[in-house]
Amino acid sequence: MVSSLWRIFRLSVKEFRSLLADPVLLGIMFYVFTVAVVQVATGLKFEVESAQAAIVDEDHSELSRRITSALLPPLFKTADVIAPSEIDSGMDSGRYVFVVEIPPKFESDALAGKTPSIQINVDATAMALAGNGAVYIQEIVLRETASFLRRADGDSAAPVDLVVRSKFNPNLNSMWFTAVMEVINNVAILSVILTGSALIREREHGTIEHLLVMPVTPLEIMLAKIFANGAVIVAASMLSLQVVVRWGLGIPIVGSVPLFIVGSILFMISVTALGLLLATFARTMPQFGLLSLPVIIILYLLSGSTTPLETMPSWLQFVMAFTPNTHFVAFAQAVLYRGAGVDMVWREMLILAVIGVAILALCRTRFAKTISAQD
Amino acid sequence: MSDVAALANVTQLYGTTRALDDVTIALPEGKMIGLIGPDGVGKSTLLALVAGVRRIQSGGVTALGGDMADSGHRAACAARIAYMPQGLGRNLYPTLSVFENLDFFGRLFGQGAAEREARIKELLASTGLDPFPDRPAGQLSGGMKQKLSLCCALIHDPDLLILDEPTTGVDPLSRRQFWDLIDRIRARRPGMSVAVATAYMEEAERFDWLAALDGGKIIGSGAPADLRALTREKSLDAAFIALLPPEARADHSAVVLPPLVEGEGYAIEAENLTCRFGKFTAVDHVNFRIRRGEIFGFLGSNGCGKSTTMKMLTGLLAPTEGEALLFGQRLDAGDMATRRRVGYMSQGFSLYSELTVRQNLVLHAQLFELPEPGATARVKEMLARFDLDGVADQKPESLPLGIRQRLQLAVAVLHKPEVLILDEPTSGVDPIARDSFWRLLIALSREDGVTIFISTHFMNEAERCDRISLMHAGKVLAVDAPAALVAARGKADLEQTFISYLEGAGEGAEPAEAVGFSAPRAAASAVRRFDPARLWAYARREAMEILRDRLRLIFAFVGPLTLLLTFGYGISFDVENLAYAVNDQDNSLESRELLENFAGSRYFSQKSDVTSASEIDRRLSTGELKLVVEIPAGFGRDLVAGKGPRVAVWIDGAMPFRGETIRSYITGISQTWLAEQHRRRGLTVAASPINVETRFRYNQAFKSIYSIIPGVIMLILMLVPSMLTALGVVREKEVGSIANFRSTPVTRVEFLLGKQAPYIVLSFVSFGILMATALLLFGLPVRGSALALVLGAAFYIYATTSLGILFSAFLRTQVAALFATAVVSIIPAVNFSGLLVSVASLSTGGRLVGLAFPCGWFQEISIGAFTKGMDFMHLAPNLLVLLAFGLFYQLCAVLALRKQEA
Repeated sequence: MVSSLWRIFRLSVKEFRSLLADPVLLGIMFYVFTVAVVQVATGLKFEVESAQAAIVDEDHSELSRRITSALLPPLFKTADVIAPSEIDSGMDSGRYVFVVEIPPKFESDALAGKTPSIQINVDATAMALAGNGAVYIQEIVLRETASFLRRADGDSAAPVDLVVRSKFNPNLNSMWFTAVMEVINNVAILSVILTGSALIREREHGTIEHLLVMPVTPLEIMLAKIFANGAVIVAASMLSLQVVVRWGLGIPIVGSVPLFIVGSILFMISVTALGLLLATFARTMPQFGLLSLPVIIILYLLSGSTTPLETMPSWLQFVMAFTPNTHFVAFAQAVLYRGAGVDMVWREMLILAVIGVAILALCRTRFAKTISAQD
Repeated sequence: MSDVAALANVTQLYGTTRALDDVTIALPEGKMIGLIGPDGVGKSTLLALVAGVRRIQSGGVTALGGDMADSGHRAACAARIAYMPQGLGRNLYPTLSVFENLDFFGRLFGQGAAEREARIKELLASTGLDPFPDRPAGQLSGGMKQKLSLCCALIHDPDLLILDEPTTGVDPLSRRQFWDLIDRIRARRPGMSVAVATAYMEEAERFDWLAALDGGKIIGSGAPADLRALTREKSLDAAFIALLPPEARADHSAVVLPPLVEGEGYAIEAENLTCRFGKFTAVDHVNFRIRRGEIFGFLGSNGCGKSTTMKMLTGLLAPTEGEALLFGQRLDAGDMATRRRVGYMSQGFSLYSELTVRQNLVLHAQLFELPEPGATARVKEMLARFDLDGVADQKPESLPLGIRQRLQLAVAVLHKPEVLILDEPTSGVDPIARDSFWRLLIALSREDGVTIFISTHFMNEAERCDRISLMHAGKVLAVDAPAALVAARGKADLEQTFISYLEGAGEGAEPAEAVGFSAPRAAASAVRRFDPARLWAYARREAMEILRDRLRLIFAFVGPLTLLLTFGYGISFDVENLAYAVNDQDNSLESRELLENFAGSRYFSQKSDVTSASEIDRRLSTGELKLVVEIPAGFGRDLVAGKGPRVAVWIDGAMPFRGETIRSYITGISQTWLAEQHRRRGLTVAASPINVETRFRYNQAFKSIYSIIPGVIMLILMLVPSMLTALGVVREKEVGSIANFRSTPVTRVEFLLGKQAPYIVLSFVSFGILMATALLLFGLPVRGSALALVLGAAFYIYATTSLGILFSAFLRTQVAALFATAVVSIIPAVNFSGLLVSVASLSTGGRLVGLAFPCGWFQEISIGAFTKGMDFMHLAPNLLVLLAFGLFYQLCAVLALRKQEA
């Protein structure tokens, strides 16, 4: 047992050396955990923020001007006032996701109680933005109209004071979310590709054959790869969280960092093992590339780190529950954003551990069957 | 006498190693020129410089009457030089058949179909390969591979044939046939010059002119007889050693084999050992017993089953039938104790090329758990014993074959095993190093009682074995002491004996004397700067390779389809079934009415009530609940009294998009509820003074698939085509077939485009499948210009395959290329191209990233043509941009790829 651990450690040192010997790999890892995180965190907005809207004002009244000027930062950029003929081109080109059309005599009809219609055109292809943005504009228009009319005839207040408070991220700032999730997504990409390709490389170069005649078991070879690549990636991602996300982007992380590290290690074991498992299904690097790509993309987009799990049909949620990413994303969100303790996330951790062991076991069976066999 | 090539003051440095040190030499024309010398003295470098495949660092090289530093001259004479690199069939394509390999080379040299056909027929007939034109090159034996390699080199009738250790690792019979073939070819084409690097001195004897190298310097040159006369030695071997500086030959003496003191019992026993791969029987009921301490030699032609037998004895392969015994015990592959007793060296290089020589040794010492401080001393001892001190901190990939073999040997004996199984350990090793290695083996056997099981192609090595076994076609023909075998056949020496055994087994009938090449040389095409035929040769070959790689083909089609189906059904922005709970402290009619609106909504799904503020925190923290509605006591009363009571809703904001969506749902619910309240309380005033009509353009039903499917097609066509091409060039670099690009007239553009073209076609077919799925299965109409969509996809695929080619051209390892392509394509395609988040709401930085890659531009075409109903003219600018991306990437790739090795 002790000597087995010792051999795993020695093999891991070899893996570290292989990793460090490739400056391109290190360069990409650096990019992924620094520049890419900043790019995605600052560049990507799922919430309505600084959306570009346009107004077609055919009324030119005080009310229409009030509506126009009420589309304000941070939700909207100052609205462009455009002619009716520009609506189509503006929306076709994707320049405007929202165009509000205020018809002639809008103000006077409203004052006269004729219930005029105002139209909000929404580019429905801008999925994340369209639905929520439309509701915001609707709200703004109604509020402005109501306050304008109230001033005109002195109406009373709303019957209910509805207070919606967002916990954990009061301003629903998406940078908080995307920054950390980008780190997690990149961890998954790196783990699968690094460990998987490390195994394929050993196979293509014949070194695996050499290992198998030495007093080293396949399990030890696997664990060494998992340990070495996992350790590098965990360390890099923690650094990224601390330096890039926390200090660089100034994003508060409320939860327990040690707890998060423990969870990350569990996660790392299962994704690196997944990389190895995929590698046992491929014989060459080009095959591995093509096989791992769809897997990575599915983990990236459907684990709840990009779009909410609640948007997926239940069969897909069921399938995704077997992937480590789904549980780690849930774990990370609970720990990092909501400050959850072990008592609240032990279930996710347990599931992660079970998935990790299951993938490892499967991998070991495949390994024995395929790696030592002749091509 | 004129010279075919000459070097003047050439110095080549690799790191700090001087491969060539101020070399000046002229190679005579029309001769058979041999370069002899130990490993790593610069033979390969010299040949590579003459062939024009390596860049000249300093000094001047001329060949065929021109300066090899001049790319114009190199291009002009590429068709007159043939270069066969070191290594068994390294420039062949393993999945292509014998005929197809030759056909490919013929096309590279611009030969027409009839000419190729005729030449291939002649070459195959004269090399004895004619019975197997359809056998994949990867399944040929080592000797046949070398013959095929030679055929490939000869297909264009070169004036200068350069062979780098062509017979290393080739069995004696094949070797003899190989040189006979060369002689016949030279007889037909007397003007042809042949330059050969070799470690076999007996081969060098038959050459016209020799240059002996040592330490990057020429230490002697002239005809073999002249060299012998100069040094007053009888054999070339001895002459070479006499030419060496005194310190290098100091320890050289003849190898002596003391008699064997037979040990107790058997170390290795094979009983009816059989191994089948499918229908092919590689090893057929093999029996032998090897005594402890014996040196047991294994001889046989290439591909006769020697390596397979050895693998079964190490446990790497499970026998199909029969059994292997090690020290009387049945071999258990999983038994660690057995592995410690065995040292194994495989035929190919199987150590870590990313670790230094010393690190490789240390790693093995550690894995075998050699105790300290002995381990460090042992590593030192091995470095000294195998003469690796000088290269201890270099990486094996930069070392010549012979030195790498020595390292492998050092690793195999490092842990002092009781049994050594060595598969052609001295292949490619120079005579001096071989002798010192044998002294070591003999010492191990005679002094330490180590049993040695060794396969070899060298007869002088076989003679040093206690017993040898001759193997052919999976069967053992004879087992006995070498002298006894020679006596039994009544031949002069072991080589004759061996050949007679093989010929007795029906192998090696001399091929019929080939007729002279009749077809005239097609020289015209060689100087053309761009030749579509060469491009086609590469495209055709690449296409054949992918068509034969079933698994890759399946992944290439199934992967995209899986993604489209998964995301088509999986991604949407309709957030539903959000888990919520209520804390209704009022429990009045009014509060229940309000809550019914939540309960009745498909967006929400109710969980058990919360009762305290701390419970709200806890259940939101675990992620169990996404929102909590809290209604204070007295809500109903205050509402009726018009006091505007406060309702609090707590949202889990951890995922902002979800949080925002919940907020907008709540806004909707509260408006409905308010309207209801107004109606119920009989208020005649309309709930709202105006009507807000929200019109979802392009997608009235606001169904996710209308924007997701075009986006997913964008995503797939970014990732998969670039991944398909990303490994193309870099793989050739790793495998070695890049040598063909370097040594033939093919240009960078032809090579890259040829490698890219099949994947453009493949990806376009894949696009067709995705389109059919989108139209038929998802029922998505193309509302806009279908022409723009199809053209756009073509240009986009061109751009993304070019991106992959670009990575492949400038990176050095497959791992790096795979990694770079995945990261660089995934990040912009997923985030900054409008797949999930509209480009309009990206920050300036994000927008710029999106614009810097083709994916964002195609997304506009995809969405525009599918959903927005845009016409061709509106999408035309994007088409041009995509085309520009493709051209730009391709240009960069051409610039990044070097025709010569550094």
